[in-house]
Amino acid sequence: MFFTAFSRPARTTFPLTAKDKETVKTFWAKISSNGAAIGADALSRMLVVYPQTKTYFSHWKDLSPGSAPVKKHGATVMSGVADAVAKIDDLTAGLLSLSELHAFTLRVDPSNFKILSHNILVVLAIMFPTDFTPEVHVAMDKFLAAVARALSEKYR
Amino acid sequence: MVEWSEQERSIITSIFSNLDYNDVGPKALSRCLIVYPWTQRYFANFGNLYNAEAIKTNPNIQAHGTKVLHGLDRAVKNMDNIKGTYAELSVLHSEKLHVDPDNFKLLADCLTIVIAAKMGSGFTPEIQATFQKFLAVVVSALGKQYH
Repeated sequence: MFFTAFSRPARTTFPLTAKDKETVKTFWAKISSNGAAIGADALSRMLVVYPQTKTYFSHWKDLSPGSAPVKKHGATVMSGVADAVAKIDDLTAGLLSLSELHAFTLRVDPSNFKILSHNILVVLAIMFPTDFTPEVHVAMDKFLAAVARALSEKYR
Repeated sequence: MVEWSEQERSIITSIFSNLDYNDVGPKALSRCLIVYPWTQRYFANFGNLYNAEAIKTNPNIQAHGTKVLHGLDRAVKNMDNIKGTYAELSVLHSEKLHVDPDNFKLLADCLTIVIAAKMGSGFTPEIQATFQKFLAVVVSALGKQYH
């Protein structure tokens, strides 16, 4: 499984423009009712396509796609993303407690945020093929990178 | 030497045999130029790339997208020696085109998204893993001759 993940230097986070925020909010409004399903699928894919991510879930009984812990956690993650959409104008302040959680308790290596973001984008393409245009794709990609950046704020 | 199971080989050949190269190629390339606009640096003489609409309808981009997909086809047909198959192409991208090899991964990600949109729920986690493994081998081979 060496080939599925590249180690690349940390990407620059590009600031969200007003247009990006508008695009994200509009798209999110369309898809938010599917949040739990999106999260479950994205997480399932991540665990299969990037098996090294399973190391964070050794306490789960079942890591297979669509299992109960995967579904539950997928919903949890996406409700965090929903929260981020609501706080899109100041992600650093808005996600402060989540950042502390990831930094001090979970200690998830930040490279994994990029991996999960990629899988969220794949699921969005699958579930919303006509709505997930290149324009929406770039805004969502930037947004998820900005969320990842806010979650990494407290790491060091 | 990359190991491929029978299942992986069959997944890759199946994906590509069900693709319209004239559709998927242009979609992947134009998506890459829109999502990662710095990649436009390699297409300065392709005409109007000023906005997403212009990129999506640019005939040079469409032709080139199709060409790229046909290039991928060579890897599909030579899965046991992708490195050798792409040696010349790697030299071309390095010496003549001067493409930063990081860009190959960006295009690969866009192609994954386009294939996912096309296959829908048929793009299962296992199929995604195999497809991404294939693209990672391609990307690695294309970067091999850089020095």
